[in-house]
Amino acid sequence: MEIARHWRLKDQRYNLVGTICSKCKQKYFPPRDVCPKCGSEISTRFAFKGRGEIYSYTTIYEAPSGFDETAPYSVALVRLEEGPLVTAQLTDLGETQPEIGMPVEMVTRRLRSDGDERGMLVYGYKFRPILI
Amino acid sequence: MIQKTDVIIAGIGQTPVGEHWEISLRSLAVKAMRAAIEDSVSLEPQALYVGNILAGTLSRQAHLGALLADYAGMTGIEAQTIEAGGASGGAALRQGYLAITSGLVDVALVVGVEKFTDVVGPNVEAALATLVDSDYESIHGLTPTALAALLTRRYLHENKVKADGLAGFPLTAHANGVGNRNAMYRKAITLDAYRKVEPVCDPLNLFDVAPSVDGAAALILTRYELLPKGYPHPVIRVAASTIASDTFSLADRADPLWFSAAQASAKWAFNKAVVTPQQVDLFEYDDAFSIFAALSLEAAGFAPRGGGWKFAEDGSLALTGQIPCATLGGSKARGNPGGATGIYQAVEATLQLRGQAGTNQIADAKIALIQSLGGPASVAVTHILAKEE
Repeated sequence: MEIARHWRLKDQRYNLVGTICSKCKQKYFPPRDVCPKCGSEISTRFAFKGRGEIYSYTTIYEAPSGFDETAPYSVALVRLEEGPLVTAQLTDLGETQPEIGMPVEMVTRRLRSDGDERGMLVYGYKFRPILI
Repeated sequence: MIQKTDVIIAGIGQTPVGEHWEISLRSLAVKAMRAAIEDSVSLEPQALYVGNILAGTLSRQAHLGALLADYAGMTGIEAQTIEAGGASGGAALRQGYLAITSGLVDVALVVGVEKFTDVVGPNVEAALATLVDSDYESIHGLTPTALAALLTRRYLHENKVKADGLAGFPLTAHANGVGNRNAMYRKAITLDAYRKVEPVCDPLNLFDVAPSVDGAAALILTRYELLPKGYPHPVIRVAASTIASDTFSLADRADPLWFSAAQASAKWAFNKAVVTPQQVDLFEYDDAFSIFAALSLEAAGFAPRGGGWKFAEDGSLALTGQIPCATLGGSKARGNPGGATGIYQAVEATLQLRGQAGTNQIADAKIALIQSLGGPASVAVTHILAKEE
């Protein structure tokens, strides 16, 4: 059980809250305490819109424990509209084959259960194809 | 010209790599440690540096420094563990190098050991997943293999490489594993077999991923002036030892397809050793995944950006090629024993430079480059070894 750890990350998991450097305006997800670009301390939050496109993707067949029951599943590096890359699962694909450049948007889904079947359920962001 | 204070690899030892169900972590390490001491004609270590990644998770055993010193019969000496992900072996060698070159330690024993078979299946993947970002990668089900797959997909896409374009890396490794009696796989594979094997994490298939298995390898380091009279082996000098880091996560890199830590540590090593890539007789790169080998060839300056994969296709990496790589099977065919891998690379390069590599001997090898990567080259350790005439 890692309740404090998951609770601490709720803004990131549910709302893609990162940070923006007030000096050089660089935006970060995950949030950072120090700007790697200019070295300033960062304290300003920045919520990303959760829209972007697939930079790369794969399907995992041999999953770690905690995920083996949902394998195979697809994961991607998503280039957010605001700039950063985010690592996340793809969901709601249906018959759609993921491809590089495909527009996707953030949704909230169950990531895993923490521990056994009585463990806490961890929710967070995944990305699905944008339906036009 | 060799200097009195130069760091020498005076002894080497290794166990066969594989699934050692019957041997414990400590016994495996001690075998390699004793072999290295014996090979050095019984130099007496004053310090022990252990390269290991996951014993705390896989075997529920941390604090390997004192444990291994004790079980090797060396209680009393300086002892500690060094961890730098997949580069732990290389990082342990660097700690040994720093100790000897500082003059504070005269003889150092460096051992790399990993014991994967204490757990099986999804628990191995879960242990490996602790090496990626816990809050932002592994919570989404990612593993080191998945990150390598994401990198491979983008590499094939940007460089317009065909689906089997990286096949040459495992083909080279397996061809060279045949001649290494310590290798896990001693059988060559065909392009046809590569094309048909099951996917692990598409576009990676089973042959693009080095097997995580058990093994231990060890080195005795000392200064040239301290080599005993009548030392029986050719003298192998550590001509450079460097390490550099990059962003921890692939997602945070401006250009994920460029291994900047690998580039920085290689460049620093070439400068330190006053050697050019053209002078290198063999390159033991990190081939935990085929894509790592391709990007390492580019980062070290052997191949142009986006062109590393072509080296695997045109025979450049073969034992008689332009830049022989994975000369005793690499991680793919020898096997990838985690924190021991960087030490196996040093042992194998030393065998090549001594002229003891048997059927895999590179003719007249004088300079070897070895590099191990932690994460997707989030850290890269580079060593250049040179044979002294």
